Amino acid sequence: MNMMKKYILPAAALSALVFSTFNAQAQTTKLGKDLTPQERVQLSQMAPGSPPPKDDELVHIPPTMDDLDASDLHPKMKEAIRRGYDLFMNTQQLRGEYVFNNMNCASCHMGEGRLPFAGPVWPAAVTLPGFRGKNNHVNNLEERIAGCFTYSMNGKPLEYGSDDMLALSLYHQWLATDVPMFPKNKIYGRGYPRLPDPEKAASAERGKLAYTENCAICHQENGAGVVANGEVIYPAVWGDDSYNWGAGISRLFTLASFTMHNMPLGQPNSVTAQEAWDIAQYINSQERPQDPRYTGNAQETRAKYLDTFHKHTLYGVEVDGKVLGQHDNLGHKDFLMPDSIRPRDFSGKKP
Amino acid sequence: MSFVSFPRKTLGWMLAILSLSISSYSALAAELDAEAVKRGKASAAICASCHQADGSGMNIPGGESWPRLAGLNRDYLVAQVNAFKEGSRSSPTMTPFAGMLNPQQLLDVSSYYASLPTKPITVPNTDPAVMEHGKKLALEGDWDRYIVSCSSCHGPNNQGVGVEFPGIAGQQPSYIAQQLEAWQKGVRKNDPQNLMGAIAERLNSHDIAAVSAWLAAQPAQ
Ligand code: HEC
Ligand code: HEC
Ligand code: HEC
Ligand code: HEC
Repeated sequence: MNMMKKYILPAAALSALVFSTFNAQAQTTKLGKDLTPQERVQLSQMAPGSPPPKDDELVHIPPTMDDLDASDLHPKMKEAIRRGYDLFMNTQQLRGEYVFNNMNCASCHMGEGRLPFAGPVWPAAVTLPGFRGKNNHVNNLEERIAGCFTYSMNGKPLEYGSDDMLALSLYHQWLATDVPMFPKNKIYGRGYPRLPDPEKAASAERGKLAYTENCAICHQENGAGVVANGEVIYPAVWGDDSYNWGAGISRLFTLASFTMHNMPLGQPNSVTAQEAWDIAQYINSQERPQDPRYTGNAQETRAKYLDTFHKHTLYGVEVDGKVLGQHDNLGHKDFLMPDSIRPRDFSGKKP
Repeated sequence: MSFVSFPRKTLGWMLAILSLSISSYSALAAELDAEAVKRGKASAAICASCHQADGSGMNIPGGESWPRLAGLNRDYLVAQVNAFKEGSRSSPTMTPFAGMLNPQQLLDVSSYYASLPTKPITVPNTDPAVMEHGKKLALEGDWDRYIVSCSSCHGPNNQGVGVEFPGIAGQQPSYIAQQLEAWQKGVRKNDPQNLMGAIAERLNSHDIAAVSAWLAAQPAQ
C-alpha cells in the first residue's frame, strides 16, 4: 500500500472527491415511494440496519452544516443557526445554569438531530404548535424544547424568546427546510419508533448481563459513564448525572427503541430486540433524579400521570423491596419544577 | 446498500471485567511502578530498532510504519502484545517480538513506554482541504455515513480513555492508516465488541488519508 501516493494526490482531485459527497447530501423531502435508488442508499447509510421507508411515509434528509456554509443565507442567519447547532451539540456549556446532568441534546438525538430512528428533531418544527398529551395543552416549538430541558437535561429551559432559545429553535426549523407545515403523512423514523413487544417478558436480570456485555465498557457498571478533566465522554444512563424520572426515555419502550436503533455507539441494530427490552428494563429500574411533577409521594405521582406517562415507566413501582422514585433527590439542581413550565389556556376565559 | 443487521457478540464477559479498570484511568500515569519502569528500560533495548529509543516510532510512507509507544496506556500496550501472540492482530514484523517477552517483562516494558514523554512528530506535507476533512471526521464525524467522530470514543482531543480506547493524536500517520486498513481487511480484530471495526469499514481511502494526517499532526499529551 503506497501511502505516499495518497498524500500527494493533487489537491483538486481530492477536494473534488470530498466535496462531491457533500453535494450528494443536500436535503431531500419526498414520499417513500418517490425515492431514487441513490436516496435509498443514502438513507440506509444514515440508519444502518433500520427498516426502509414505506411508500406513504414522509422522508426528509435534513441539510448538513456543510450545506449551510454553501448556502446563500444571510451571514447573520448562518451565525444564528451555527449558534443553535453549537448549543445542541455542546449543551454542557449551559451546565449549572440550565443543564444539571451530563447530557447534551445530541446525547439522545444522535447524529446532530438529523437521523431517522435517532430522535430527529426537525419534525417538531413542522408539527407544532400542536397538542401534547404529556402536559395536556397546545405547545409551540420552544415549549417542546423546554420539555427536554426540564426532564431529559434535569434542568430548566432557556428563557422563551432569548437569543439562545431562538438560536436553538432556529436550528430545528432550519433542519426542516422545505418540509411543509403540518404534513399529513406519517414521518419516517420519527422519534424512537416503538419496537414490537418482546417475545419473553422483559427481564432486568437478563438485561443486566446484556448491559455488562454491550454497554458497560463506556457507560460503566455503575451507569455513571465517564467524565475526564471535567469533560463528559460517555454520558450517565442512571444516577444523579442522568435524565430524571419524568424524561421520555425513562419509558421502557422509548429506551428499548433508542438502544436498538442507536447503541452500542457506532453499531445501530446490532443487539436483538429482546436484549434491547431487557436492557431498558434494567437501566430504567435504577434510581435517577426526581420527576419534576413529584407530589411528595412517588406512588401518588405515578397514579396522577399514569395514563399519559407513567404506565410505561417503573417509577413508583416496588422493585427489590424499594419504591422507585420515592426520595427527595433532585440530582444537581435545587428546584423541582422550573417556574417557566406552566399550563396554557386558550378558552378566552383567562382572568 | 444493506438494511440487514448483523448481531455481534465478542468476548463480552472478559471485557466486562477489563472495563472495571477504566475507572482508574486518570491515575494511571502516576501509578506506574518506578522499579518496573527501570527494568522495562533494559528489556526495551530489543524494541528500539523499530520503535526507537525515545518510543516515537517511525513513519515509513510506502512501507510498514512503526507505531509510537511512548505515553500510551500501559495496560493497552500489554493487551496489544498479547493480541499479536494469540493472533487477533498479525504482523510478520512485530509478531516474533511479541513472543520474546514473558508476562513480567511485558508488564515492565509496557510500564517503561507508558512512562515516556511524547514528542511532536513530522507529518508529511498535506493539502489543507484534506486536513480540514480529516479534522471533521476526527471531531464531528460524518453521520450521513454513520462515521462516528473519533473523539466520541477516543476522548477529548483524541488523547485516549482508559485501557480500551488508546490515544491516537500524535500517532504516526502511516501507522494510523495501516491499522484502519487492517480492520477493513479483517487482519486486526482484537477490538472490544467490534467497536473500531464497525467504524473502520465505513471509511474510504480518502477518509483514511485525511484523518490519519490530521490526527498525526495533533499533539499527544
Ligand atoms: C435523555 C435523552 C434526551 C435528551 C438529552 C434530549 N432529549 Fe429531546 N427527546 C427525547 C425523547 C425520548 C423524545 C421523544 C421521542 C419520541 O416521542 O419517541 C424527545 C423529543 C424531542 C423533540 C420532539 C421531536 C418530535 O419528533 O417532535 C424535540 C424538538 C427535542 N426532543 C429537542 C431536544 C433538545 C433541544 C434537547 C437539548 C436541550 C433535547 N431534546 C435533549 C430525549 C432526549
Ligand atoms: C463505545 C462507547 C459506548 C457504548 C459501548 C455504548 N454507548 Fe451509549 N452512548 C455513548 C455515547 C458517546 C453517547 C452520547 C452520544 C453522542 O453524544 O453522540 C451515548 C448515549 C447513550 C444514551 C443516551 C444518553 C444517556 O446517557 O442516557 C443511552 C440511554 C445509552 N447510550 C445507552 C447505551 C446502551 C443501552 C448501550 C449498550 C447496548 C450503550 N449505550 C453502549 C457511548 C457508548
Ligand atoms: C522489527 C521491528 C519491530 C520490533 C523490533 C518491535 N516491533 Fe513492535 N511493532 C512493529 C510494527 C511494524 C508494529 C505495527 C504492526 C501492525 O501493523 O499491526 C508494531 C506494533 C507494536 C505494538 C502495538 C502498538 C499499538 O499502538 O497498538 C506494541 C505494543 C509493540 N509493537 C511493542 C513492541 C515491543 C514491546 C517490542 C520489543 C519487545 C517491539 N514491539 C519490537 C515493529 C517492531
Ligand atoms: C465506537 C468507538 C470508536 C470510534 C467512534 C472510533 N474508535 Fe478507534 N478504536 C476504538 C477502540 C475500542 C480501539 C482499541 C482497539 C483495541 O483494543 O485493539 C480503537 C483503536 C484505534 C486505532 C489503533 C490505535 C493503535 O495504537 O493501534 C486507531 C488508529 C483508531 N482507533 C482510529 C480511529 C479513527 C481514525 C476514528 C475516527 C474516524 C476512530 N478510531 C473512531 C473505538 C473507536
